Amino acid sequence: MWSFSKLTDLIHAWLYETFSPAWALALEMVMVGVAAIGLFAMLGLVLVIMERKVSAYMQIRLGPNRVGPKGMLQSLADTLKLLVKEGMTPNGVDRVLFNLAPLVAMIAAMLLLAPIAFAKDFQIWDLNIGVLYITAISSLNVIAILMAGWSSNNKYSLLGAMRSGAQIVSYELSAGLSILTIVVLSGSLQISDIVTSQSNGWWIFKGHIPAIIAFVIFLIAATAETNRAPFDMAEAESELTGGFHTEYSGMKFALFFLAEYINVFVVCAVGATLFLGGWMPLHIGSLDWFNHAMDYIPSSIWFFGKTFFLIFVMMWFRWTFPRLRIDQLLTLEWKYLLPIGMVNILLVTVIAILKWHF
Amino acid sequence: MVEEIGTTDEGDLIINIGPQHPATHGVLHLVITLNGETVRKVEPHLGYIHRSIEKMCESLSYRQFIYSTSRMDYLSSHINNHCCAMTVEKGLQLEVPERAAVIRILMDELTRIASHVLWWGAMAMDIGAFTPFFHAFREREMINDIMEETCGARLTMNYMVPGGVQFDLHPNFHRRVKAFVKQLRNKLPEYDELVTHNAIFKSRTKGVGILSKEDAISYGCSGPTARASGVDCDIRKTYPYEGYEKLQFEQAMSTDGDTYSRYLVRMVEMRQSLSIIEQLIDNIPEGDFQAKTKAVLKLPKGEFYSRVETARGEFGVYIVSEGGTTPYRIKFRSPGFSNLSALDHTVRGQKIGDLVAIMGSFDLVIPDIDR
Repeated sequence: MWSFSKLTDLIHAWLYETFSPAWALALEMVMVGVAAIGLFAMLGLVLVIMERKVSAYMQIRLGPNRVGPKGMLQSLADTLKLLVKEGMTPNGVDRVLFNLAPLVAMIAAMLLLAPIAFAKDFQIWDLNIGVLYITAISSLNVIAILMAGWSSNNKYSLLGAMRSGAQIVSYELSAGLSILTIVVLSGSLQISDIVTSQSNGWWIFKGHIPAIIAFVIFLIAATAETNRAPFDMAEAESELTGGFHTEYSGMKFALFFLAEYINVFVVCAVGATLFLGGWMPLHIGSLDWFNHAMDYIPSSIWFFGKTFFLIFVMMWFRWTFPRLRIDQLLTLEWKYLLPIGMVNILLVTVIAILKWHF
Repeated sequence: MVEEIGTTDEGDLIINIGPQHPATHGVLHLVITLNGETVRKVEPHLGYIHRSIEKMCESLSYRQFIYSTSRMDYLSSHINNHCCAMTVEKGLQLEVPERAAVIRILMDELTRIASHVLWWGAMAMDIGAFTPFFHAFREREMINDIMEETCGARLTMNYMVPGGVQFDLHPNFHRRVKAFVKQLRNKLPEYDELVTHNAIFKSRTKGVGILSKEDAISYGCSGPTARASGVDCDIRKTYPYEGYEKLQFEQAMSTDGDTYSRYLVRMVEMRQSLSIIEQLIDNIPEGDFQAKTKAVLKLPKGEFYSRVETARGEFGVYIVSEGGTTPYRIKFRSPGFSNLSALDHTVRGQKIGDLVAIMGSFDLVIPDIDR
């Protein structure tokens, strides 16, 4: 089985041989930080072009096809354009908050990349409360949106931000409850433990029907938490023109845009890790030849394959469904998803105590 | 207009929707009063695209003024032209050749489908689904191609002239229309699957923006907007013109009066138009496509009025003639204007998202409202 740990161990050993421990640690931190920022930028570019291609496919269009082979460099060109655009600050805005909001959105999105296991032994920070950390940091996003909406001095922005606030705060409960089912089943908050607990089968298969219900609720809540259609109340182009980022332009807008896509990646990565086994290959019981064959596929491909599949599903939602209304959105959460989620977690607890899961 | 602060005395928020806004599909300006997300009042402000077409027509001859009517409701220019030509023919007491009448109906129904297909995409987009818009354009493109071949233009066709139509049908017309009918018949179930039967779409539109039958009549609504409220007002049925009485089609009706029934009425109407086209396409009579007319048309002294059913409702042309070569006064009765007047009444108490959905279901075309 391929593993990144050999490479990282090699670098680690070399650094500690060559430098004093303090310097080695500092250098390692810098390397990890650079890698994370690089990943962040790469993911943004890839996801934007993916969204455009997927939407083009669904809308019987070609999509971008001029820049680079099959238009693959389109988002690079877009980024360049956004970089050289003037960053406008309209009159009457709260300058500090207005300029701070995109940074908060981006920092919150970046922090989320830390505990995610991208491959076997390839994780920036395997902290023991990884799942809790993710739920906590992902709530920061709403602060950025509220800041942007409030400081913009624009009624559309204000409405969009208020909608988004109500929406994210509500759907966090459902997302949290469905994450909790897996925590109950695996008995750990640590991402690496959760992944290893799925070595003999993914939780979505092992956890019976409650796990599937939790997965569906998680998918809905994740779509809502990232403000994507059919829950894109905060933007709602046809109602509020641009929602909370109506007044933003240039790179400040791009940061919001990038943060949105990174959030999408993170929630899908969390979904893949908790329910679909993270980097764990697909194993079927005692079918040894099959399990061995699956082991030959690198763990990073398993992780990214699952994550991008979930991202594709979210894009599929976005380009197929109409938008819900704000009151229907809250009804769905408080009257349906939350009660179902609560009953579901009770069921899962019973299953976990009686060890009915495989 | 709107105060500097942008709130009313009761603390309600005043928001300008438009003149540049994705939901208004043109330069309509709505000043809405919001209490939270709930709409208290909607005040349409018109005049951003007023071109005084009625006044311009007074200085144009009876052949020329028809061309400016294509620019009113640009999605049903054939039908506008048709109504103008009919009014002039009424004044001249001119009989239209049989072939011309059939061509006119065919073109009218194709236009109606094109308009409804585009509306379908735009309505779905108002509610937040983008994909239907592109699917709608695929079918509309075929109609535009058909129009381009026969009429020489894709949007402002100017094809109907007093006495008939300007050119004979293109040799490809028959084949292309058949192909189009087949295509749309295949795609309509897909439309239903994508939008009509979608649970979110239903919950967004059912029971939203109810317009009662009495209100629909008192606001002067017409077309699918009124028929969804149970008003029996299809001009093609109630005052048939140009041989519509010989055709078999149902008047699409509903009694609920909500956004969803306005949607369904238009979906049924598309199918009805397809069946009208199917009845006529193989039975286009031979003969002249235009009656013999004088080079300069002069209407006798008097007042002439005729009306047709456009994709949006009743369109009427009222000509006052002093006996000269140009009309003394022209007045157009546009369906969009009356339908828009019912908007405030329908939207009050609904959410801001509903406002957009209801506006979509009214199928407003702004140059038709602001002439």
